[in-house]
Amino acid sequence: MNYDQARYGDEDRYEPLLSEKDTTSVDVVGRSPTSNQNSSSSGDVGETSPLPDDLTRDSLELPGLSEPELARHYTRLSQMNWSVESGPYPLGSCTMKYNPSFTEDVAADPKGAVHPDRSDGTIQGTLELLYDLQDYLARIGGMDAVTLQPPAGAAGEFTGILVAKAYHEANDDEERSEVIVPASAHGTNFASAAMAGYDVVELPSGEDGRVDLDALDAAVSEETAALMLTNPNTVGVFERDIEEIADIVHDAGGLLYYDGANLNALLGQARPGDMGFDVMHYNVHKTFATPHGGGGPGAGPVGVTEELAEFLPSPQVREREGHYELYEPDRSIGKVHGYQGNWLVLVKAYAYIARLGDSGLKDASAKAVLNANYLASQIDYEIPYGPFHHEFAATAGDRDAADVAKRMLDYGVHPPTTKWPELVPEAMLTEPTEAESLDSLNDLAAAFDSAMADSDEELESAPSKTTAGRIDQATAARNPRLSWRALGEEE
Amino acid sequence: MTDTSRHEHSDGSPYAPHTPDQTEEMLAAVGVESEADLFDVPAEVRFDGDLGIESRSERELRAELSETFAKNQNITEFLGRDHHSHYVPSLVDDLSRRSEFLTSYTQYQPEITQGFLQALFEYQSLLVELTGLPVANCSMYDAATGLGEAARLAGRVRQASGTTVLIPEILHENKRGVLENYIDGTDLEIRTYPMDDGNVDLDALADLAGEETVMVYAENPTVRGTIEERLTEIGEIADEADALFCLGTDVVALGLLEVPERVGADVVVGEADALGLPTAYGMGLGIFATRETFLRQVPGRLVGASEDAAGKRAFTLTLQTREQHIRKERATSNICTNQAWVALRTAMHIAYLGPDGLVDLAGQCVREAESLSDSLSDLRGVKAPVHDRHHFREFLARTDQPAPAIARDLEASGFAVHVVDDHLLQVCVTDVNAAETEALVEAFEEAL
Repeated sequence: MNYDQARYGDEDRYEPLLSEKDTTSVDVVGRSPTSNQNSSSSGDVGETSPLPDDLTRDSLELPGLSEPELARHYTRLSQMNWSVESGPYPLGSCTMKYNPSFTEDVAADPKGAVHPDRSDGTIQGTLELLYDLQDYLARIGGMDAVTLQPPAGAAGEFTGILVAKAYHEANDDEERSEVIVPASAHGTNFASAAMAGYDVVELPSGEDGRVDLDALDAAVSEETAALMLTNPNTVGVFERDIEEIADIVHDAGGLLYYDGANLNALLGQARPGDMGFDVMHYNVHKTFATPHGGGGPGAGPVGVTEELAEFLPSPQVREREGHYELYEPDRSIGKVHGYQGNWLVLVKAYAYIARLGDSGLKDASAKAVLNANYLASQIDYEIPYGPFHHEFAATAGDRDAADVAKRMLDYGVHPPTTKWPELVPEAMLTEPTEAESLDSLNDLAAAFDSAMADSDEELESAPSKTTAGRIDQATAARNPRLSWRALGEEE
Repeated sequence: MTDTSRHEHSDGSPYAPHTPDQTEEMLAAVGVESEADLFDVPAEVRFDGDLGIESRSERELRAELSETFAKNQNITEFLGRDHHSHYVPSLVDDLSRRSEFLTSYTQYQPEITQGFLQALFEYQSLLVELTGLPVANCSMYDAATGLGEAARLAGRVRQASGTTVLIPEILHENKRGVLENYIDGTDLEIRTYPMDDGNVDLDALADLAGEETVMVYAENPTVRGTIEERLTEIGEIADEADALFCLGTDVVALGLLEVPERVGADVVVGEADALGLPTAYGMGLGIFATRETFLRQVPGRLVGASEDAAGKRAFTLTLQTREQHIRKERATSNICTNQAWVALRTAMHIAYLGPDGLVDLAGQCVREAESLSDSLSDLRGVKAPVHDRHHFREFLARTDQPAPAIARDLEASGFAVHVVDDHLLQVCVTDVNAAETEALVEAFEEAL
């Protein structure tokens, strides 16, 4: 595909910063405005400061652009950005599927978005939606209870591990100090377990990319609090021995934690609860098509079995004779978010799940898996592990996966996740999701193969059709310039 | 007419573009007969049942949710306590919903995501201007999780010397709850210091702060809306104890109140959701800003300026060696997905207001609170504000009558306020409810 991304700006820079377009300084003490030479601000004198001078700042300097100027600035920025609606976005483990428009409209309904301290009786609609979403997620995961409070997947991991910790403590089993995590797991698993105070035991992968049962046997002990597992795992491969894995962990007195990052491969096909998992999180922004918003917000609801339900964060929603109310579970771990999490994301997840229903959810997974397998069959890359489900880890072999990815940008697609998981050398972890059409998959396959067929020179000088050319990331880290103030000081 | 798309009639996902013929073609290319053959799931753990979730059309769902939300009572909220509502201009809704922003993800390929990177760089820059501190990350989940991360940062940078985090006795209980969980896996412990008529009791704080203190946390404005008068002294007490001074605040207050850097703040946390987000049932946007010294200890994502191959300025995620996808259990934090889109909205809203607009909005928060507390205090049996301080947006009112009963009556009249205890109510006023303060005062009078 012929592709050229928008570029604005002059020869030194792309679209100027807000601060380069205008900087206006207003006095707070005395409250009379002054502007610099390129200011377009009208400089209206505001009201005098309502506070004694020693409680206020002296002045405030910010951009002071007009509304039309702002509209143009942000529109240009948007045109310099890739999204799911721009084209294929097959980032492995990120599940960048199409986000239906209508969920935005229903989430934006101001009637649902109340202050979190309203009394239960006055917000029955909001509580009903949360209750129903708890219920939907419990059904999908095969779990008994769900909290919607964690504001992201990693926050869900942290919550789930705290719940597991509280469970062990309640059973006078406080000596358990280790969480086992497969080497190929998401980095957040390690970080979340460590945040909760656990020592992390890294589990090497078996030759087939799956958990090695002997290694797991050797790793578990009376120190084991939990095993955190992604299934299908991060090379897209289903842990077929899941029942044995569950037995090994449970026999040692540990709990089994399900990382929901790859749940899109299993909707209506298999459920973590049925596989023996005790606690799980859902990445509703991935699986249930709520927009990722350039890096968030997401939401990471946590599901648990009955034994763990009393430890969930507070508050939970329950229903009594048609009345919905918030309550604190008996032995709740307390709070993991200031209020109730990311409401807007939860509404979108509810709307998406309800739109699809049983058959749609099941079909979404079937098509996600079909798309991954079809794409894999169409590209001339080695794929070390299989059979895989919704994503596959191709290898760039003797080419640099990062260079191949940069070249793919020129072909009008977003490249896969590169150089991860480390299990696969020069990995290109690819997850097309169910939302890509046959034509789009063929375009993607062509981009894969064209990039691989290009010369080293073409790869190293790519990309050339994106807003910016190859960016020097080493210098950015060595000499961090993190604000326009820092840029200004340099000049 | 129906609202069905061409996939509405099939049994599948309306967002999977496959026609039956294409599905067959793809299965053949893969070399299997059916989709089920692609699932490598043992029979023992296959799910053969029904989830019992009925599929609805877009039109049906819109109607359903509209009906559901109509069950919420129409009440004017005079509620605050760490979650504040200001009018969000249409520009913010309109531009932030452009799909290139909304349906994008973390900028792992910076060359093709310059737009969002620049917007986040600008968000960081606005926070730097407002706090005076040179480093701001591009978002935490909310103020409470930001506080938790600040305590963990304090614990890391003062690893060898101390374990105590000092927090005010009057702090939002949710914030304290989150902090407790964030330090659950560390050696850190929480101790509270007393307040004096709504502000920090400096003598008591000085007595409590010592060698074992790693962080002193204070807020401006406080959860009760009082404006802290002696921030510099609090900073000095923290300094003398060789502890970090962490200041909690919000993005509107920063437009008017003393610059955190000027009073010695080492870390600033707080809410930025007051701009850019509607009430959203407590959804937040956490600020995190700090000094250069702690740059490599900062949790979350950072966007930095660099150059591209043509020598032009361009932006990229940077210092990722702090992050969990590289450092695993040794990362500064587990935060990965953050609140980037909310940060975009907040930056748009700040830019929309400009310096004049932000100072005026913040000034309004002081004036409206003063005016409303005066009006309430004129009622027999009400004293407001309770604390003899300047206030920002909110204040306490002491009532002779039981506060819960008054709040119930107010609710019946269509107004929500906080009940703090048996004879204390808390009232919050901003630009969104300022037009209804007179009606609130009348309802108050009737409720007494």
